[in-house]
Parts: sequence; C-alpha cells; structure tokens
Amino acid sequence: MGIILEKLPGVTKGLPGGELLLTTADAFIDFGRKMSLWPMTFGLACCAIEMMGSYASRFDFDRMGVIPRPSPRQADVMIVAGTVCKKMAEPILEIYHQMPEPRFVISMGSCANCGGPYYDSYSVLKGVDRIVPVDVYVAGCPPRPEALQFAVLKLQDKIAGMRAIERGAGATLQQERGSRDVLSAVPNDEPLPKPASGPRLELR
Amino acid sequence: MSSTAEKTMKTDSMFINLGPQHPSTHGVLRVGLTIEGELITKAVPDIGYLHRGTSKLAEVRGYHHCVVLTDRWDYVAAMPNNLVFCLAAEKLMEVQAPPRAEALRVLMCELNRVASHLLFFGTYGIDIGAFTPFLYAFREREMILDLFEMACGARLTYNYIRLGGVMADVPPEWLAKCREFVDYFKPRIDEYDTLLTYNPIFMARTKEVGLIPAADAVSWSLSGANLRGSGVCYDVRKSDPYCGYERYSFDVPLGQTGSCWDRYFCRVQEMRQSIRIIEQVLGGLPEGPTMAAGVAKIPKPKPGEAYAHVEGARGDLGIFLVSDGQASPYRMHVRAPSFLNLAILQELLVGNKVSDVIAILGSIDIVLGEVDR
Repeated sequence: MGIILEKLPGVTKGLPGGELLLTTADAFIDFGRKMSLWPMTFGLACCAIEMMGSYASRFDFDRMGVIPRPSPRQADVMIVAGTVCKKMAEPILEIYHQMPEPRFVISMGSCANCGGPYYDSYSVLKGVDRIVPVDVYVAGCPPRPEALQFAVLKLQDKIAGMRAIERGAGATLQQERGSRDVLSAVPNDEPLPKPASGPRLELR
Repeated sequence: MSSTAEKTMKTDSMFINLGPQHPSTHGVLRVGLTIEGELITKAVPDIGYLHRGTSKLAEVRGYHHCVVLTDRWDYVAAMPNNLVFCLAAEKLMEVQAPPRAEALRVLMCELNRVASHLLFFGTYGIDIGAFTPFLYAFREREMILDLFEMACGARLTYNYIRLGGVMADVPPEWLAKCREFVDYFKPRIDEYDTLLTYNPIFMARTKEVGLIPAADAVSWSLSGANLRGSGVCYDVRKSDPYCGYERYSFDVPLGQTGSCWDRYFCRVQEMRQSIRIIEQVLGGLPEGPTMAAGVAKIPKPKPGEAYAHVEGARGDLGIFLVSDGQASPYRMHVRAPSFLNLAILQELLVGNKVSDVIAILGSIDIVLGEVDR
C-alpha cells in the first residue's frame, strides 16, 4: 500500500492515462479499507458492554469484516465507547497516535459525543472530539448494537468516497491533513443528480 | 534453589504497565507491575480513569434524577444499583413500596445477577484463553436483555426501579416469556460446567492460583462471591433481608480454598440459586399497584440520614444518604464492592507469575464504573 500511495503518483503523473490509473487504484484501495475495518478493543464504560454485545453471537460483527484487535498498532478504527474522563484523555491521545494511518474514530454514546449525563461533571471531558478528530457519532446512552453497526456502515460509505491521492498533488491527503479530512461529500448510495428537464439540445 | 544459584540467576527488576488500554483489565484499570524475571514483586493498582464525580453530581440533582446516575456505576448489573438508592431514599422519605413492586424488584435484580454472572463467565473464559464460552454466554444474556427491554425499554441502563416502586408493571405476556427463559436456561448451566468449569486446562490455570485465605478476605473487607469463594458465609440477602428476601428459599454457595476457580464456581452456582428465586417469585407474584401512593414529583425528605445495602452482583453494595430538607441529597456516599474488592490485588498479585495476573484480575470481577464512580 505504501508503494502505491507514495511512489505511484510520481510515476504516473504526466503519463497519458495516468489519471485513470490513479482513480482505479483508489477504487481498489477503498474497497480493501472499508471491507476490513479492524477496531481496537478499547472499552471505557457502559458502552463497551454493548460493543461486546455487537461482537458476540447475536449481532455478529464479523460479517461486516469487523474483527477486534487488541493492539492499536494493528487497528484501523478506534471506537471510543464510554465516558472520557480527564485522566483518560491523555492515554486516548497516545493510543490514537499509535494507530497507523489512515485511522478513523467512532464516538459511541452520549458521553463520548458531548459528556452526556455528565455534562456538568468536573472530571469528564465534554466530548472526545475535543482531543481527537471524530468520523462518526453514535447517539444513545448506551447505543444499541444495531446503532454501532449502522455507524460502521456509515464509516464504510465515508471510506468509499475517500481519494487516497489528491489530483495533481502527488502526496496523500493523510500525510497532509490528518484523518479527519476524508473526502466524503457524496455518500456512496446517494443517487446521481438527474439532468435538468427541458428540450434536449441537439448536437450539430 | 541454592543461594548461589539464586544470586547468579538474579535479574534486574522491570516495570510493566498493565493498562489503562488492555483488553483484559475489564475497563480502564491500570496496574503498575514490578517484576523480577517471571515473578511479580510489587503491584500497584492505579484507578480513577473513569472517575465521573457521581457523588458530587448527586448533590445538585433531584432524588428522581439520582436514580439515573446509579445505573452507570455497575453498568453490568444496574438493577441492584437502582434498588439500593431507592431503598435509602425511601427510608428518608418514609415510603414503603407495595408488595407487587417488591416482588418485581427481586425478580429484576435476580435476572440481572444472572446476566452479570453470564458476562463474567464469558469474559473470564476469554481471559484464560477460551473464546467459545463468550459466545454461549452472550446468547443467553441477550434473552435476559430482551426481557428487560420489554419491561422498561432499555437494554443496559434501566432506571426501572423508582422511588416508591417500579416504573411500570410488566406487560401481560412478559411473565410467560420469563418462564420460558427459565426453562430454557436451567439445562444451559450444566452445559457451562461441561464446557468450561471442569475443563482440565481451565482448572489447571485457576485451581491453585490466587488463593485468598478466609481471614484475609475478611480483613480486606471483600464481599460477594470473592468473600464466599474463601468459605465465609455472608450474603446481605440472608443476613439483612430486604424486599422480602426472607420469604424465598435459596442457598448461599461457598468455596473452599479461595482460589480463582472457587470464586468462579461460586458465581456459576449463584446463577442456579438466582433461577430458584426467580421461579419462586414467578409462582407467587402478588397482585396490586406497582407504585406507592404519595411520592412527590420533587421529593424533599425531612433532614436526616439513611443507610441501605443490598447484595449486588459484585457484593455488598451500600448507600449512605444525608438529607437537609432540600430537593437534592446533601451527601451521598457509596460503598462500592468493586472498589473494596480491587484493593486486595496489591497483596494478591505479589509472588505470582506474570501469566497468572489476568487470571487473578478476572476472577475478582471488577467493574471500573463502580470502582471509580
């Protein structure tokens, strides 16, 4: 992957048909990324129990290619499941930086989104997005396993719209801006805009 | 080993950081381990990574709102948390829950105890290296969560037991579904015994490990299955019955040596006893209202103090409430069993091998939400 992302743009830039080659590579890279999102087993509080429930027999996260990894070095996505306390904020940031790029963050539950029931507590960080960039927020206290699975589907949509190589730049977006700048203006399943109605222009 | 050999084989001590992000610390516990070779010479638990300031928040919330906060201490078994707060507040408010509400409280707490022990059973298997029990345990656990969802709409944080009774009566088809679950679940416990309890590898990893003598267990103020695993018979449901527990017949399972296996086995046996209690409650569920009359929307109890304790899934869970006549408690103190059970780790881990740390940590069965609150 590193060779494709780092060397390919330099080689293909300027070649006839180079742009086409790069977009084809994007499709493959995005497909690989979105179909095997490996989260880190990282439970903070109550939501972690629902996260375990999603991995277990009834909800079976494996069928989406989601397999928990115990080490941040092997993980693609961090599911922040629970209350982020101020004492825990620093380890979370450290773990986030230990993850290889591209890395994604799902903020699970009201506490991680905005503090939740602890909105006025002295020891709770009011939202994990104050320390790490968040890709998908899941509402609920705690969210159901289905909600977490929907969040993973949304993240997959987001990844499908991701372009590893910015046109003409020659460097990856990840290296330039960090993981929050995933190009996801158009979700994957959104229908294409219809052509404006009216009499067709005749080509001469 | 002779002293010369000991001297030549002596290595430098090393510091290992277990957690706060570690898949087997059951939350965000950090244990600083000093090891020499394979042996642990010092273990320092570092807590507070999930300190949410609940006791302080209770001082600005109303009594009804505090029940919501209690759900999030021991989030694996939230019903006893709701119950203990309500019992303490009801003592202050001088309210008595009606008989049907009391029976429903017992029913929900026992179902939740089974759900909590199932989670322990599954994750303890993973800690030791057996993944399959986790899948079986969660299959049954989901059934209990479905029952809770039918009764109150939530899967994990219920807020079902309220001041003066319970939130609502259970739906008509609920009782039949609960009986169905009980019938389904009883043979499953025997299945667990063949799957994990008497598994030779599991027994070898846990039977002689993490021994807590009865005197130590008492002096460290352990409670719940950790205390009973050492052979000390103490159960709040027997020694200080609440919600009519004295009417139900059940045994208190005891361990013999206080090993990890004994603590584990106590919990498996407790599931059997809980099912016994559930059957008795279902057999004689009284009719009537589920909420006491005259519970104020904004309760302002008379100045005073009250203490209530229940046998939670992790041990003796107590709440001390002080009222100064205002709409929120003046002070709320929680006697959290996980917090007190955790303290013994600093003594228990010393002298053990690194590979046994997780086995011992898992057998204490802590929930960090309750440790840090």
